[in-house]
Amino acid sequence: MANESEMPEAGAMAERTTALARAIRADALRMVHRANASHIGSSLSMSDLLAVLYGGILRVDPARPDWAERDRFILSKGHGAASAYAVLAETGFFPVEWLETYCQDGSKLAGHLTRGVPGVELSSGSLGHGLPVGCGLALAAKADGAAYRVFVLLSDGELDEGSNWEAILFAPQHRLDNLVAIVDYNKIQSFGRVEEVLNLEPLADKWRAFGWEVREIDGHDHARIAEALSGAPYEAGKPTAIIAHTVKGKGVSFMEDLLAWHYKSPNDEQLTQALAEVAAANSAGREETA
Amino acid sequence: MRNTFVSTLCELAERDDRIWLLCGDLGYSVLEKFAARFPDRYVNVGVAEQNMTGVAAGLAMAGKVVFTYSIANFPIMRCLEQVRNDICYHRLNVKIVAVGCGLPYGTHGYTHHGVEDVAVMRALPNMTVVAPGDPIEARLATHTLAEREGPGYLRLGKGGEATVHADEPVFQIGRAIPVREGGDVTLIAAGAILAETIRAAELLAERGISAGVISMPSIAPLDVTTVLEAAARTRWIVTVEEHSVTGGLGSAVAEVLAEAPATGARLLRCGVTAGPYSVGGQAYLRGLNQLDAAGIAQRVASVVDMAGARAGRR
Ligand SMILES: [Mg+2]
Repeated sequence: MANESEMPEAGAMAERTTALARAIRADALRMVHRANASHIGSSLSMSDLLAVLYGGILRVDPARPDWAERDRFILSKGHGAASAYAVLAETGFFPVEWLETYCQDGSKLAGHLTRGVPGVELSSGSLGHGLPVGCGLALAAKADGAAYRVFVLLSDGELDEGSNWEAILFAPQHRLDNLVAIVDYNKIQSFGRVEEVLNLEPLADKWRAFGWEVREIDGHDHARIAEALSGAPYEAGKPTAIIAHTVKGKGVSFMEDLLAWHYKSPNDEQLTQALAEVAAANSAGREETA
Repeated sequence: MRNTFVSTLCELAERDDRIWLLCGDLGYSVLEKFAARFPDRYVNVGVAEQNMTGVAAGLAMAGKVVFTYSIANFPIMRCLEQVRNDICYHRLNVKIVAVGCGLPYGTHGYTHHGVEDVAVMRALPNMTVVAPGDPIEARLATHTLAEREGPGYLRLGKGGEATVHADEPVFQIGRAIPVREGGDVTLIAAGAILAETIRAAELLAERGISAGVISMPSIAPLDVTTVLEAAARTRWIVTVEEHSVTGGLGSAVAEVLAEAPATGARLLRCGVTAGPYSVGGQAYLRGLNQLDAAGIAQRVASVVDMAGARAGRR
């Protein structure tokens, strides 16, 4: 897809986002381990999405987190806070040392994403809140003639919440083509597999039927993520939904696709192994075979 | 009150282009005026209060002053967590307007009775809770909430409420409005029940009981000073509200009196006590709950007389 003049930039970006994803995963693992916190599986499944967003898509400035023209990123699945804080720290919104305070008494960094931390737009943690707020921001941008885009990252489980479907109806009605919803579709929700709890399929068809332009991608393939996100809007007046097929616990072999790691925290030995696996991974999140 | 509200909002929106109005598919014959004048700042969000409240939060995050509008419980309870998390927690400039609070939609049944809203809203952080007593207070309250930073809740009656104040009173958040002097009892009213409360004071005067009346549109924050002054001045404090006696104005005043150094004043709470299964018009339901003038006067007289008789026995 990319023409020749874009190739070096694309290559540089891939290098940057790959390193960023590694850092996010390593930070999140250390944070969750230190705090004996939950949700590492959720944090890992979206680490590549965050790396590409902050590594090359979002127009944000860590030195000016309140810059009026910035793109807005809302993490609706606030339980993925560890990797969200990690990406903000790694891209310079606040000192990396703050990550050590994650979930500690008196910390700014709560277990669910919390406003007041530079770069955090919306406190989340209760599911189904992000997309309506994203609609409001996108509507304001339209009214003000502002150029920023609004990205909302959702979990698959939270699509059970009716509030999301209210917003999914609303966005096309108001032609919010500056809005991009990204579903971290890791197929596991908090107490079971998505298809067994409330099956979302056919998920892409549902969004399409509601009036969204849909792209389905491998949510760990940085080039595909970048391409899908930078292409939005695909059609004037239509909001974009990116359904990112992901693996819960991605990047740590013994955590992948297991419900238990929605809750468990790695012990010392597991942390060591997990960090080693993350350090050895390439951009697609697979172990280097060469 | 609702017409006063929307006229006032139109005036405000004329000079402040940050003002938006969102409704949850309700407001027929009321909101058209705003919609016609400010089509770019008016959205009928649909029958979707959670999304309405989230959208309001997003607009407010982008610098707008957003009013959400619906009937009684719909803009607060259906979307309570959006109100709590998205608006209150983030201290956003969203003002929730609920019309028909209390019992004006009495015949519609309990789903449309707004009788726990104050209890819920005054428990939320950063939330200013205002229940104007007449159309003049409604106008002043709309102005004040629009200009005040942060979340607000405007509790309105339905329509056709009588104007109580002869002159424009001083209206401030956290400040009561004195209406009538009285030495035996102080009646403190919040919301559209104010007119009924004043009539109750007149009935009490006929029975030789001197009842003062205070309008307390600002329920959160409450005018604590005025409550304590009244408790020092009169033997009885009587709260009057078209709301459950649990958690509303009566509870707010009870909290103040319970924690104050002994004032000697006693408290009587007049409010909705009849439970959710009564159907009928507003006047009927007020009567059933002894919230009409005669009922309020009767309850006040009975406690004052009883206390007088007890004092006489001593
Ligand atoms: Mg999931």
